[in-house]
Amino acid sequence: MRDYYEQLKKRGISPDLEEKIRRELEFAGSHDLPSPRGAFARVPAIYDWNDFSALMRLERPQSPYTTNIRSIDELLERDRQREVDGFPRKIRVGKLVRPGKGDAGKVVIVPTTVEEKLLHDNTFPTDGGGGGSGGSTGGSGDGEEGEVIGEQAVHDPDQAGEGGAGQGEGGGHEVESSAYDLGRILTEKFELPNLKEKGKKRALSRYTYDLTDRNRGFGQILDKKATLRRILETNMNLGNIPDVNEIDPSRMLISPNDKVYRTLSREKDYESQAMVFFLRDYSGSMMGKATELVVSQHVLIYSWLLYQYEHQVESRFVLHDTEAREVPDFHTYYNSRVAGGTRVASAFRLVNEIVEEESLARDYNIYVFHGTDGDDWDSDGQEIIPELEKMIGYANRVGVTIAEHTYSGIGATEVERNLKKSGLLEGRPELVRLDVMGEDADESRIIEGIKKLIS
Amino acid sequence: MPARTESACPQPRAPKGEPRAPTGGRPYRPFMELVSQHTKNIMEGCKERARRAGLRFEDETLEYLVTNRDLLELTPKNMIPTLYDYWVHDVEVLKEKGRYELYPGNPYETVINTRPAISYYNDNNPDWMNVMIFYHVLGHIDFFQNNLFFRHTWDFDLTGQALADKRLIASLRSRHGRWVDYVIEFSRGIDNLVGYFDELARIYAPGSGDRPTRLDYYFDVFLQSERKVRITDYVKEVNRYNDCVRRHKELGEQTFFADTQAKYPEFEALYLKSLESKPARRRDLLQFLMEESDFLNREENAWMKPVLQIVRKTSIYFQPQIRSKIMNEGWASYWHEKLFMQDERICGHEVEYARVHSGVASLPRVGLNPYALGMRMFQNIEEMADKGRYSNTYQRLHDAESRHRFDLRTGKGFETIFRVREDFSDYLFLSTFLDQEFVDRHRLFVTERRLNQERMVWEYVVTSRKAEDYRKMLLNQLYHPPRIEIDREKSAGNLLYLVHRFEGKPLVQEYIPNTLLGIEFLWGGPVRLETSEAVRAAGSEMGQEGEIEWRRVVYEMKERKLSKTPLF
Repeated sequence: MRDYYEQLKKRGISPDLEEKIRRELEFAGSHDLPSPRGAFARVPAIYDWNDFSALMRLERPQSPYTTNIRSIDELLERDRQREVDGFPRKIRVGKLVRPGKGDAGKVVIVPTTVEEKLLHDNTFPTDGGGGGSGGSTGGSGDGEEGEVIGEQAVHDPDQAGEGGAGQGEGGGHEVESSAYDLGRILTEKFELPNLKEKGKKRALSRYTYDLTDRNRGFGQILDKKATLRRILETNMNLGNIPDVNEIDPSRMLISPNDKVYRTLSREKDYESQAMVFFLRDYSGSMMGKATELVVSQHVLIYSWLLYQYEHQVESRFVLHDTEAREVPDFHTYYNSRVAGGTRVASAFRLVNEIVEEESLARDYNIYVFHGTDGDDWDSDGQEIIPELEKMIGYANRVGVTIAEHTYSGIGATEVERNLKKSGLLEGRPELVRLDVMGEDADESRIIEGIKKLIS
Repeated sequence: MPARTESACPQPRAPKGEPRAPTGGRPYRPFMELVSQHTKNIMEGCKERARRAGLRFEDETLEYLVTNRDLLELTPKNMIPTLYDYWVHDVEVLKEKGRYELYPGNPYETVINTRPAISYYNDNNPDWMNVMIFYHVLGHIDFFQNNLFFRHTWDFDLTGQALADKRLIASLRSRHGRWVDYVIEFSRGIDNLVGYFDELARIYAPGSGDRPTRLDYYFDVFLQSERKVRITDYVKEVNRYNDCVRRHKELGEQTFFADTQAKYPEFEALYLKSLESKPARRRDLLQFLMEESDFLNREENAWMKPVLQIVRKTSIYFQPQIRSKIMNEGWASYWHEKLFMQDERICGHEVEYARVHSGVASLPRVGLNPYALGMRMFQNIEEMADKGRYSNTYQRLHDAESRHRFDLRTGKGFETIFRVREDFSDYLFLSTFLDQEFVDRHRLFVTERRLNQERMVWEYVVTSRKAEDYRKMLLNQLYHPPRIEIDREKSAGNLLYLVHRFEGKPLVQEYIPNTLLGIEFLWGGPVRLETSEAVRAAGSEMGQEGEIEWRRVVYEMKERKLSKTPLF
């Protein structure tokens, strides 16, 4: 990282940018994943206690995801009606998102809403310390004033991100569902324009039904051979078969579990035709809202693609600071923490390399979505533009989202400047899209952004 | 078991497994069931023992078994099974911005303050555990039915009332459809601003004594509001009055007003007029809207007012609950501890009990536990009063040793805690009884979380062991909705001008637009809200905290568009 900095210095950089670079260089932190759930014990506050959990050990039940989805159509209809009546929509989706590790198709979604009231903002740091996350609380036992009595791994370096990247506050409220459902809601709710079927090949799916799956206990057709084998096994274990040469089947015990059935199952037989690259800047400057924004947008796109293409979209995930690396699953992509410097070109280069090495361009529709705060140490675009030009040689669409920091000023980020300067936005609007939003954008703005990127 | 009418009982009892008629598209579901006769007998035994120990509560109680499914439906309704239906109850509601500030009803409680009091139980609790829980529940019921902050909930049964309200709302919904839900939504948006204390004050108001005397009227109203005299003149008047009293003794006041009559001939008439006019009643926003909103008072909108009324009433009902969490849980824990160990029916389960009880009533190393804190405070108060330490003599003792030995053996402890449970709320309780001795005795401290950047861990640091700081930290965490008042003078024409009385914390900004939108709808004209917002001085980016400066700003919601202007 430092070498790259030196290199840049030789090329000459503005003091403004240098300041940004220095800040990122000095930012201590690493890209580790947050510690697993449960390690973070929330300090209980007064009103967190109730008789059910304290006395009866009866935890507050969580609504199964079906109860929330059951009425989703009704809810969405109600929400549409609100707009007709002149009130803002109230249903939000995809707020509590936490993809499970290794199971890339899983995201946690729930249609949620908020009952707005005029309230004191307790997260606001005041002298007395509020009930908020950074505030003070009580304790008992040993310890001098000023003594550290315990510690807790930091879950999220940016405290702002409640419910944001890698956080998902309110662990008790989540339900699991597949991203597929989120996609369905998105498509219905926001009426996203469908991606055009590009290229000669359509994403194609074939299902065959076959009696291939075996199931113990119940099913359509009894697999006699397998069942006999199991019965024998059980009875041998039970010692019911004293002499192997003289088996007396009338003495055998048959457990229901020994019955092996064949069940009719749907076999998916398809070729994936679309490949989506998600690129995320996880440099130090992405701290806080910017990351939250980019990540939630990518979750939405990801879920929506899953829906639109019925799990036939392959996704690849690339994170970058000054170096880019591919990560295996959405979980890692989603949860990795910010740190380090920024070199957008590195991610683009990595994608180009992957595409070339695996000759993906021939067989796939390729989409690239990149999310950043717009900071780039490569101030004049010397590196990024050539990579981008190479990319649009094969990609069906490159969508860049910039979540501008409030302090950076509008339209002043390096990435935006460079993209505009390159003329690619005007020259190849069907291939390159740019969406710039403030880092405090709300969810509807994020959806707008997706429309812009993929329309 | 006593017979009950249908309205008093949330759902009539039915044999297990019998499906309920589908209502509002919900799936079939069995009824909630009452606990078995065996368990009910245990409860009745607990009641007898609790009464003998001094608790006071009504004879009848209802105990239901609940399943997870029941709880899911009950929690959004504050555990009141008959509460009106509202679509938000079926959706996951985000609360991270202020879960308890938003839902003061404390929606996940075992026992609710109804008549008869209803409590909910897990199906498979062992008997000994039910004994403990029953004592705990009886502690709560005693608290609900004796603490004066609950006075306004004593005269009716909420479940019955709620059932009537629910039917009313259902019938309105059949006529006005989704607009009923909008009205519910907008009223709920301001239901935390209800004048709970005004309501209590109305109940406890002394008879006619609240009319100002002639003297009070002269100095407090007439001189200040009518004549608007300067301070020097005001002081002169005070001196004149003092002179009169000194010179003429009993006749002083009379002489004073005789002179006044000459000075301000209009005074007497104004005073008499003031007596005729009704004393100004403080109204909260919901009341104000119901009475003054042109929109709500239009004939075609008259149906909305009962909805506002229902929302307001429900909110007021739950207000004391969250304001007495520490006391209520402390009181219940105090009693279940005391009574459980005396109960001969549970012999042999002491160890199991001890395990559960210590989980409930131990002071956490870090964090706050209302059970543990409240229970210890009650025990401490009892001991202090027993030894006669709430006395001037004790307070003036400075020698640690003699303080330690101080014991008048007054035996007033029991009486004292009963008085405390009657007259106090959390705020008063903590500010009155949480003293340094208590903090030292239980080795309490204030701790703060700070970030260790190098190791990326949160460190918990003991910041103070002073009672003052501990109290401050606690009071800071207590439920406290913002005070929003209606400024009649600035509300000109059809404009409604609201003023947020700033108390060091800003309002949650992202909630302002929709709340104001709701108020505008109910008011039928533009609404302004004056509040304070933080402006951080330079150098505040990247998470560093700069100095906070406060600035008054005015939000205006006009024709569903929000604008914001700084006041100065």
